[in-house]
Amino acid sequence: MIEINNISKWYGQFQVLADCSTRIAKGEVVVVCGPSGSGKSTLIKCVNGLESFEQGDVIVDGTSVGSPTTTLSKLRSRVGMVFQHFELFPHMSITENLTIGQIKVLGRSKDEAIQRGLKLLDRVGLRSQADKFPGQLSGGQQQRVAIARALAMDPICMLFDEPTSALDPEMINEVLDVMVELANEGMTMMVVTHEMGFARKVAHRVIFMDHGRIVEDATKDDFFGTPRSERAQLFLSKILSH
Amino acid sequence: MNYHWNWGIFLEQVKGGDETYLNWLFTGLGWTLAVALSAWLIALAIGIVIGTLRTAPSKGLAWFATTWVELFRNIPLLVQMFLWFFVVPELLPREWSLWVKQDLPAKEFITATLCLGLFTSARVAEQVRAGIQSLSRGQTMAGLAVGFTLAQTYRYVILPMAFRIIIPPLTSEFMNIFKNSSVAFAIGVMELTFQARQMQEDSEQGIETYLAVTVLYFICAFIANRGMAFLEQRTRVPGFIASAK
Amino acid sequence: MSFFTELDVSVIAPSLPFLWTGLKFTVTLTLIAMSGGIILGTLLALARLSPFSPLAMAASWYVNLMRSIPLLMVILWFFLIIPLITGYPMGAETSAIITFTAFEAAYYSEIMRAGIQSVPRGQVFAGQAIGMTYAQTMGHIVLPQAFRNMLPVLLTQTIILFQDTSLVYAIGAKDLLKAAEIAGKNYNRPVEMYIFAALIYFVICFSLSRLVKHLQSRIAIIR
Repeated sequence: MIEINNISKWYGQFQVLADCSTRIAKGEVVVVCGPSGSGKSTLIKCVNGLESFEQGDVIVDGTSVGSPTTTLSKLRSRVGMVFQHFELFPHMSITENLTIGQIKVLGRSKDEAIQRGLKLLDRVGLRSQADKFPGQLSGGQQQRVAIARALAMDPICMLFDEPTSALDPEMINEVLDVMVELANEGMTMMVVTHEMGFARKVAHRVIFMDHGRIVEDATKDDFFGTPRSERAQLFLSKILSH
Repeated sequence: MNYHWNWGIFLEQVKGGDETYLNWLFTGLGWTLAVALSAWLIALAIGIVIGTLRTAPSKGLAWFATTWVELFRNIPLLVQMFLWFFVVPELLPREWSLWVKQDLPAKEFITATLCLGLFTSARVAEQVRAGIQSLSRGQTMAGLAVGFTLAQTYRYVILPMAFRIIIPPLTSEFMNIFKNSSVAFAIGVMELTFQARQMQEDSEQGIETYLAVTVLYFICAFIANRGMAFLEQRTRVPGFIASAK
Repeated sequence: MSFFTELDVSVIAPSLPFLWTGLKFTVTLTLIAMSGGIILGTLLALARLSPFSPLAMAASWYVNLMRSIPLLMVILWFFLIIPLITGYPMGAETSAIITFTAFEAAYYSEIMRAGIQSVPRGQVFAGQAIGMTYAQTMGHIVLPQAFRNMLPVLLTQTIILFQDTSLVYAIGAKDLLKAAEIAGKNYNRPVEMYIFAALIYFVICFSLSRLVKHLQSRIAIIR
């Protein structure tokens, strides 16, 4: 479904991504972890072209992200993304947040869009907030709406960029629960996160990045049980001691 | 202070005419409102475009917008007024030039309105640019991630929020435009300042004249302020406190 | 394009000395109004922030008044009122100097007020803790920092002031613009004169604003 082939990216002289390659098959859930500044957020934004890259390519469901002939907006409408800071549109109601993409990008009728939107709100447990505005919701609620907003576009895969990092600890689980459900339904997911509990539960594979490189790319059991690289071992020992 | 007061001067007739001084002042008020409001519409329409262009990824468009802003910001308004009145007609092709100089109805009003409108558009553009840049990059990314083109992202995500954020500084600009309309007197627009000078010379009751005109300007400023406050109320986003990130 | 070939640039050279006199007045007016305005403005800002409420209200009233009326009206007011009060006639140039100092003080005071408020309260406490009086705390600790912080904004306001001086046209003072107008009438070439004057204003203001931007980036680094 997603092919990342030898991606390299520079900000001026500084190399942010160095020869990153991996594959994510349909229905797979892959967790990307690593220390701050390792390039994981940048890598995931390369998948839907929000970040450009100088070398290599990303192929999503057969479409090349780097190719100049690709219409990026069309590709992005098929790939769902959830951001660390939720990024709901503050001037629109929750329902409008869910329907605007459907109406303006997918061309659905207003009624159909609202119907689907409300169904998704139900699914994330927020039907009652339909007419509120993002500023009136808590962080956890906003992030669940953000997931619904991405799902409203019927994506073929979902990208999560540190979805719980900006949340108060008490709200992290309500968001993770939604993500676990999604995974169990067979959605292809690429998740940048520090939440190792989530990884253990639903991830198929774990990728560990450091200084812009993919240092380890193993199945969940291999990664947690017998990490091969020293760096990954160090990381795990620090993070799992919480 | 050696001054002869005459508060009844407003109801007296103009020397050599059959209007009262009050008529003069209201004519002035009318022209001030006409110039200021028309110029404001021009300023908003153009300013929003230029301000948006300054944040555009296209280098050429951004450069054009920057030049526009710098040009109108670095020449005094009065000098621009003279340029419009004396110089611009000469720039036009022969027939147009003659028509503008001789036959254009309300020539002073149109010149002043265009001048003031474009002058203010540069300032509005700067406010719009600041508003756009105060939004988090994440909003742009969220819009693009849903599948919007950049134009759609501006239209549905960025500009609606930027506009709400800049209502306070835009209110200042709106009030400024009423004050700046006074400069139009120099090319013969019969707005409040023009009438103030005229009446002061004619009636020799300067203090009463200037007081009345000052009060009228206050009233304009008050209306402008209330108008924008009303707009701010109507477009308020629940739960959002406008602040730059 | 025929416009540009019809321009008679030869009238500019002989008018230069005359324009220079006008420019000198414009610059002098700007500098005096700037210095006087900043000093007076700082005092007004301190008054507005003082706990002594009649003083605060009076200062606030003055600032809001100056900011609500068109500058042209303020110029006309001063030109009318001052001779009436002093009993002596007054030249346009003198009137302009008094007017602009008093007017710009209101705008400089808003800037200084923001500057003073941008200095963390902890600084005041630190000064008081060593035993400094209010005047000493203000003079040695707060105002220098406030001034440093707001320097770019103060300079930008000065550029605006420089442009505003053209309005002395209303009372006939002989500044750069008036000189250009007179020269234009003398040679019957108003177009060339106004364009030249606009060019001078543009070059000066644009260069100054570039300087301010440069200054802004240097201050940011120091912080």
